[in-house]
Amino acid sequence: MNAMLPQSWVAVGRVTDIPRRGARVVKAPGGDIAVFRTGADEVYALRDRCPHGNGPLSNGIVHDRKVTCPLHGMVFDLTDGHSIGPDACQARTIPVRVVAGVIELGNPLYTETASA
Amino acid sequence: MTKERLVVIGNGMAGIRTVEELLLRAPGRYDITVFGAEPHPNYNRIMLSPVLAGEKSFEQIILNGRDWYEANGITLHTGDRIEGIDRTAKTVTSVGGKTVAYDKLLLAIGSDPVVLPIPGKELPGVIGFRDLSDVEAMVAAAKTGTHAVVIGGGLLGLEAANGLALNGMEVTVLHLMGTIMERQLDEAAGWLLQAELEGRGIKIITKAQTEAILGDGKVQKVRLADGRELDADLVVMAVGIRPNTALGKLAGLEVNRGIVVDDRMVTSDPDILSVGECVEHRGQTYGLVAPLWDMAKVCADHLAGAPESAYTGTVSATRLKVTGVELYSAGTFGDAGTEDIVFRDGARGVYKRIVLRDNRIVGTVLYGDTKDGPWYFQLLKDAEDIAPLRDTLIFGQGAGAQAQDPFAAVAALPDTAEICGCNGVNKGTVVAAIRDKGCCSVEDVRTHTKASASCGGCTGLVEKLLACTLGDGYQAQTGPKPMCKCTHLAHDDVRRLIVIDKLKSIPAVMQALEWTTAEGCASCRPALNYYLMCAWPGEYKDDNQSRFINERVHANIQKDGTYSVVPRMWGGLTNASELRAIADVVERFQIPTVKVTGGQRIDLLGVKKEDLPAVWSDLNKAGMVSGHAYAKGLRTVKTCVGSEWCRFGTQASMSMGVKLEKMTWGTWTPHKFKMAVSGCPRNCAEATIKDFGVVAVDSGWELHVGGNGGLHVRATDLLMKVETEDEVLEVCGAFLQLYREEARYLERTAPWIERVGIDYVRARMEDVEVREALHQRFLYSQKFEQIDPWAERASGAVDNHEFAPLASLVPLAAE
Repeated sequence: MNAMLPQSWVAVGRVTDIPRRGARVVKAPGGDIAVFRTGADEVYALRDRCPHGNGPLSNGIVHDRKVTCPLHGMVFDLTDGHSIGPDACQARTIPVRVVAGVIELGNPLYTETASA
Repeated sequence: MTKERLVVIGNGMAGIRTVEELLLRAPGRYDITVFGAEPHPNYNRIMLSPVLAGEKSFEQIILNGRDWYEANGITLHTGDRIEGIDRTAKTVTSVGGKTVAYDKLLLAIGSDPVVLPIPGKELPGVIGFRDLSDVEAMVAAAKTGTHAVVIGGGLLGLEAANGLALNGMEVTVLHLMGTIMERQLDEAAGWLLQAELEGRGIKIITKAQTEAILGDGKVQKVRLADGRELDADLVVMAVGIRPNTALGKLAGLEVNRGIVVDDRMVTSDPDILSVGECVEHRGQTYGLVAPLWDMAKVCADHLAGAPESAYTGTVSATRLKVTGVELYSAGTFGDAGTEDIVFRDGARGVYKRIVLRDNRIVGTVLYGDTKDGPWYFQLLKDAEDIAPLRDTLIFGQGAGAQAQDPFAAVAALPDTAEICGCNGVNKGTVVAAIRDKGCCSVEDVRTHTKASASCGGCTGLVEKLLACTLGDGYQAQTGPKPMCKCTHLAHDDVRRLIVIDKLKSIPAVMQALEWTTAEGCASCRPALNYYLMCAWPGEYKDDNQSRFINERVHANIQKDGTYSVVPRMWGGLTNASELRAIADVVERFQIPTVKVTGGQRIDLLGVKKEDLPAVWSDLNKAGMVSGHAYAKGLRTVKTCVGSEWCRFGTQASMSMGVKLEKMTWGTWTPHKFKMAVSGCPRNCAEATIKDFGVVAVDSGWELHVGGNGGLHVRATDLLMKVETEDEVLEVCGAFLQLYREEARYLERTAPWIERVGIDYVRARMEDVEVREALHQRFLYSQKFEQIDPWAERASGAVDNHEFAPLASLVPLAAE
């Protein structure tokens, strides 16, 4: 259904609000979203639950374009959500873009109420 | 053209292995729907015993997570049992009311535990041992009850008994026959096993006929035919399994003991196939894992359109999954016309028996030393003439003429030889992974093939395969292990070079030491952060993003993503105002669980991440600081009451403990570091299983090091005796600093001391100059490390981003 609507974007904060090689959480009705900033200032977003054991990925250690889940140490590729290694599973990715230093998440159904 | 529809009933090992094999052969050919009666994804049922024993978690035995089904386009319905098959309309219907059409149907519905037809069998507290819910029921029963009775001394019954005993229950096994596991073991091996299990406190009654289960509303007793009655809070029936045929019967398929299949795994309906424990093939039914893998392959061949493939039966080997018991059995024994070769070594508890017919192995039982099991099993399967080996056969592969070279025998195994019984991996697969996928460690092989990933019994075999496939390439790996995949350097080399080359930041280390990844990984980053902090106190700036979440937010992450908070209580002492403040915090933040820890602290569990700064702020106001219960650092100093109160105390252990804790709190160490002070040799503070333990004696203090509780308990080594409190403090600081400077990251004092030797540590401590210098370096680094992390963060000035969400989104107003 979402695919039928034109993509719209919601601003959630500035890139600099997230530490390099770190992540922060965006609370959303469908569940928390982890927004990552890499060492090279790229921004990615995944659902904040790993598909393997519901680990909060926003709490993991970020290295290159990867994050290591804090609960059981699975490593996920931030670009597509795939886990590294043969027992592959995939974390859900969330559309994200940066416009003039402002992070925007792509979802037509949400609006922002509060910011940090 | 629309795809053919394959419906699989049964989300267990046999059904899903068949689907996996099918996807390898004909990806995309079928539109696949899987129904499973259990609410879980597909898991490794044979590993339920280690889950019960607490050696593995359920997550560790999941074979295919839900994402796997999604990634392969498979529709999965869990927790929904199929109750009917309409063969005319070619549809199945579930209890939940779903009707799904099929072109091909696969029945993989497994087996049910046999329930003895005795009075009381339906009482609450009587269970089988087949699925996760049984394990959960057993673990729950162990929390409230004391007595468990396991009916059936076969493989499953004994694994259940062992697991229940490890969960603290008093377990009695009732076995109808004179020897336990009589289908796999002869009398001698059965006796050795029984003696071992009895040594673990499990009671075993053989020739025991169970007459009735008694109880009012729930299980209370089990009565035997000879009149004996046994207390029971839990009864596990493990007398055997029976193929689950109900659905087959209902659908009008040919059913005997199991659902009858031909060599192609096809039932009496050409569009319905069946695999696993529910089938009967050539009059045989199966209850072990190896046949499932063989059936799955044949079944997948047929579904993929390869009609010549045929299943001809499987000879199975058995291994008991009880940690510390080596037991291997294959084939038959006790038949007429066979000869035996037997070897016994009473002192080592080794028993080996090979059963021969016409110079061919037909069976083997190995107890205590099972490393040759797979070799014998291969000789058995190949029906190899063993006449040339006969003289040395019983001594195993290492004994024959060819076997001077320990690898020759492994090299000689054919590609079809089974290496990992748990996961059905043969030698060819492992060798291919080493050759083609570049696996160069056991870990690599494990991740690519699953060999040795379950019970680990075949790790040695995998190592040998690595050695003979890679030759010298594998030898090179046996030197000091690299820190992680990001570097070829070992921990000690990295530390040495950090100091020599004056490397003072993580990027500097990675650049100078030629890291192969841009930013390292979750394994080397925390290690480097620690090494740099230890090498350059006051100069190096701690990199928070290189710390594990617990050390980043100064609390322990729990399985549900909440945190636990432990305030420091110096020496385990507290008072009314601290307790009142804790009580207020618990109420104000509705903290669900309050628990006293083993280290004499109070643990507040279930705190929401965003509440952490406010919780700390309240605790700070009452004078409490972080207890560092989350840190690779100084944890707690546990004390007994000592001479201040105790009639037996010889020294003031409480005040000694407080002084030690005030000196050492806040320090970061390679791994957690625990201390204790006992006021007399009765040692009520359990100081001899701590990293640094102090025990008071009349003439002063004994200092002990290198102990820990936990999985591998190690008692301390006595380091030295000193007379004064000042000396205790100085040796403590010096020892901590030696450990900080020389142990590898994540190496506790116990393995560190075993590696370097207590004599080395003692020599450093007894050299007064060295000791003093170490202690001074410790005190210097403490200047920068004794800062309460809670106060910093409660003020909102530090790392606020960790605790507050970036934004909160709400749905647009309803249309």
